[in-house]
Amino acid sequence: MMGKSLFPQGCSMKRNLVVIGNGMAGARTVEEILTRGGADLFNITMFGDEPYGNYNRILLSSVLNGTQQEQEIFLNPIEWYRENKITLHVGVYAESILRKSRCVLGADGTIEPYDKLIIATGSRSHVPSLEGVTMDDGSDKPGVFVFRTLDDCREMAEYARGSRGRAVIIGGGLLGLEAARGLQSYGLQVDVVHRGLHLMNQQLDPQAGSILKTTMEQMGVGVLLGKNTTAVLGEDRVTGLRFADGSGLACDMVVMAAGIKANAEIGRRSGLQVQRAIVVDNQMRSVTDPNIYAVGECAQHRGHVYGLVAPLWEQAKVLADHITGRDPSAAYHGSKVATKLKVMGVEMAAMGIVEPVDERDEIVQFTEPKRGTYKKLIIRDGRLIGAILLGDISKAAYLMQVFDRGTPLPEERLSLLFDIGAPAKKITIEEMPAEMQVCNCNGVTKGALTACIKAGKRSLNAVMEATRAGMGCGSCKSIVNEIIEFACGGEVEEDPSIHFYVPGVPLSKPDLIRAVKEQGLRSVSAVFGALAGGKEDPASKPGLASLLNTIWAGEYVKERDARFINERVHANIQKDGTFSVVPQIPGGVTTPAELRRIAEVAEKFRVPMVKLTGGQRIDLLGVKKEDLPDIWRDLGMPSGHAYGKSYRTCKSCVGTDFCRFGIGDSTTLAIKIERNFQGIDTPHKVKMATAGCPRNCSEAMVKDIGVVAVEGGKWEIYIGGAAGAHVRKGDILCVVDTHEDVLKYAARFMQYYRENAKYLERTYGFVERAGIDKIRAVVVDDSEGIAAKLDSAIQASINAYRDPWKEAYTAARATEFSSLLPVIQ
Amino acid sequence: MTATEMKITLGPLSLIPPGEGRSFEIAGERIAVFRTRGGRLFATQADCPHRNGPLADGLVGGSTVICPLHGWKFDLSTGAAAPASCTLKTYSVSLTDQEQLVLTLPVPEP
Ligand code: SRM
Ligand SMILES: Cc1cc2nc3c(=O)[nH]c(=O)nc-3n(C[C@H](O)[C@H](O)[C@H](O)COP(=O)(O)OP(=O)(O)OC[C@H]3O[C@@H](n4cnc5c(N)ncnc54)[C@H](O)[C@@H]3O)c2cc1C
Ligand code: SF4
Ligand code: FES
Repeated sequence: MMGKSLFPQGCSMKRNLVVIGNGMAGARTVEEILTRGGADLFNITMFGDEPYGNYNRILLSSVLNGTQQEQEIFLNPIEWYRENKITLHVGVYAESILRKSRCVLGADGTIEPYDKLIIATGSRSHVPSLEGVTMDDGSDKPGVFVFRTLDDCREMAEYARGSRGRAVIIGGGLLGLEAARGLQSYGLQVDVVHRGLHLMNQQLDPQAGSILKTTMEQMGVGVLLGKNTTAVLGEDRVTGLRFADGSGLACDMVVMAAGIKANAEIGRRSGLQVQRAIVVDNQMRSVTDPNIYAVGECAQHRGHVYGLVAPLWEQAKVLADHITGRDPSAAYHGSKVATKLKVMGVEMAAMGIVEPVDERDEIVQFTEPKRGTYKKLIIRDGRLIGAILLGDISKAAYLMQVFDRGTPLPEERLSLLFDIGAPAKKITIEEMPAEMQVCNCNGVTKGALTACIKAGKRSLNAVMEATRAGMGCGSCKSIVNEIIEFACGGEVEEDPSIHFYVPGVPLSKPDLIRAVKEQGLRSVSAVFGALAGGKEDPASKPGLASLLNTIWAGEYVKERDARFINERVHANIQKDGTFSVVPQIPGGVTTPAELRRIAEVAEKFRVPMVKLTGGQRIDLLGVKKEDLPDIWRDLGMPSGHAYGKSYRTCKSCVGTDFCRFGIGDSTTLAIKIERNFQGIDTPHKVKMATAGCPRNCSEAMVKDIGVVAVEGGKWEIYIGGAAGAHVRKGDILCVVDTHEDVLKYAARFMQYYRENAKYLERTYGFVERAGIDKIRAVVVDDSEGIAAKLDSAIQASINAYRDPWKEAYTAARATEFSSLLPVIQ
Repeated sequence: MTATEMKITLGPLSLIPPGEGRSFEIAGERIAVFRTRGGRLFATQADCPHRNGPLADGLVGGSTVICPLHGWKFDLSTGAAAPASCTLKTYSVSLTDQEQLVLTLPVPEP
């Protein structure tokens, strides 16, 4: 097969750019070239011998251990090449470069002429030439693996699944430990055999290495140090290893992770200067041929060959600046390697040297082996020249910055290790130079983030999506968020959409409510029609449905498609598409008859799990969609609304009925509360609790609304409490005398929250934002004269309540509960 | 290789309420059919490529569906995920004069 003609006809002004290698460096360099207008300058052709587009190699360990799926790690899927008019010879190995006639030959016979050529062939795992590592005929021995590509990952996973014995990793560096963690998830015994005397000797000192070893052993990974492997045993597949000291170890599979070797042969064969890798100048050009560039792990710059992604992003930028002529003076001066890594779940950061080399070098150190924490800094002339952080890397961002810039350190050394009088975070963000890299997985600088924020992206997700920052290991997300907060604060203009109630309708909540009322919009589709130019935004539908239900109560025109699946089928969707059923058990008080019915239903419908919930009720999990209506009918209990953005439950303690300390009847109150508020739509979940005395056994002080009996026959009402992802003690709204008053103020607060909170804003956020004093003034003292209106609005919603479980099996909703419709042919 | 087509009648349009989707099992394949409020019909593979979420249970608007499990978004007409990472298989679905849903599947000739 021929590629483009060797003698192009016509007068295309574009030159041919060929890239060999479609990995992290190759694809990133092409992206950088495209952002510099490269599409107008070049016809771009790429060779990649892996049968895919470009994926994030550093996430392979997550694929191996099953925390990420293969398709989640693709950075440039095949469509990307098509969209950018790049010819990709996928699965084609580039065999040689004919420098005289300036073309590249592919193994399948492709010939591609070039004006400029980029070599980005990366490296491969180094397989030591041990006895028995291959079969006698030189073919691969079953059970011997390397860990470099997606295919390696698949093969290892398949083999590991089929065996139940032991896997041995040869090499105790970053890669080896990642492989160990991955293989452990297949239920194998995993051991790491390392020639060095401590783990990760490139990044860590002996002390840190030994702490890491202990941590790994606690996780069940065996570690053998100072072991030289001499042979791989087994006739037709791996059965064990032999070491130089004569000892041996039986095993079923071996992973070679003993270093990498640059794929530089193609350079050597075509006469380029190659030492450990292809030797390049400060513009990333081969020192032998100015039309040929090399980038990534196959390039050697000033004697260094880098094996991590951060340096490669810098190289790609310089190369792109130079090849497009955007900045002909761009130069690469080498990278100061500072890395943040997560190895086997242990967070670590390492930069610069590992041991002092000069007697001027000062060491600041902290060790807490029991907790797996270790921190060591090497300082010369008041500047940081090396650091190791293990276990606790909270200071990593700051240290990486001062390391990178060579900033003089504060006299108070302690503050370098811990957050005591350390520079405040704000100042750190502010002082952070624009070129400082924030996301080390995807090479995103603070400058790139601020540019993206300035261009209008304001939420963490939007910024992450646009820049890919935080989409790798995720450890930089909090810094990205801080940068967004920092850049959005102050004079930066705000994106109006953050004030919209839902993204798809350009109105704030008060404006939206006004428009809905004025125009009498009673359904979600009517709102899109009247207020969003007819454009339906699916993500905005549930928020609108909730608001319309709040505004119109019984007059709201229900449209099932506007609701999230949970609220369509009145049950909570599970990871496998089944559902959970939680019947109402107000105050956690039930009866033997009810329990018997639940038990019978669970047996009859073979419910896979019956569980007591944290909300004092019973959850039937793993129910098939088609069984839902029948289960509800057999249960004969009302819905517990455990699936909705709505009032949920009211937990209770036993209270005065039995408890010797009870001073208020908390169970009766809880039951009244539940009957009153069942199913009321709210911006987010509302969970309540009542406690019979200040011992607070039902945890009422940390509920959205909590009620606690206090001496003197009174009830304290707390609002805005939380004890989930966020923990907050509620604020006292008021103290009242009767159950009726509890219901009155709880209802009024609930309606105020319904009308004023953003969609998906829990009360803990809302109460803080609106302020307890303001809320108390409105709800208790009626400072705005709206109390009566709030009361009648929520009463209308209470009156409009119908138990959805009862409706479901009386109403004719033909296909609502079928998960799969059969087709008769 | 040329391809012929196979037409399969799924049943009346009323199986799918406006703005929703339903999954069908056809010759061992699971296919989701969507009917938008604007009256357009779409058909795609039924299982989300992320973690097999039931796409027919997702929220639909314009020509987008949002998977109910982790919120991945797909364009129903092209099958493309946003942001681009993978693509759903799409099929052609139409309506007869009698309001019957008809799915057209390509059948490769032996
Ligand atoms: C079943 C249950 C766990 C259990 O087995 O005990 C549970 C299960 C879920 N919780 Fe919970 N939570 C349960 C009690 C709690 C509690 C304790 C409580 O209610 O007293 C809390 C802390 C209080 C709170 O609500 O903040 C709690 C805080 C959360 C959160 C964190 C909310 C926050 O903003 O802090 C989420 C996530 C969310 O809402 O986005 C969540 C989300 C979930 C979801 C709905 C996840 C989901 O979207 O699928 C789980 C649904 C499983 C299912 O289908 O049943 N669940 N969850 C509990 C049901 C209680 C009930 O009877 O209704
Ligand atoms: C499991 C694993 C975990 C890692 N974790 C981290 C980490 O946490 N942090 C970090 O910074 N780095 C990590 N790395 C290292 C990082 O992935 C590499 O530094 C980076 O991928 C190098 O990019 P590259 O483009 O130079 O090489 P590669 O990404 O290997 O790309 C080279 C591509 O060129 C192809 N190729 C080679 N020769 C030819 C040819 N002749 N013709 C056609 N195609 C060819 C190869 O098949 C490959 O697809 C990890 C690596 C692995 C394997
Ligand atoms: S804590 Fe809640 S949300 Fe998390 S897994 Fe358990 S039930 Fe699910
Ligand atoms: S299964 Fe669809 S988004 Fe996760």
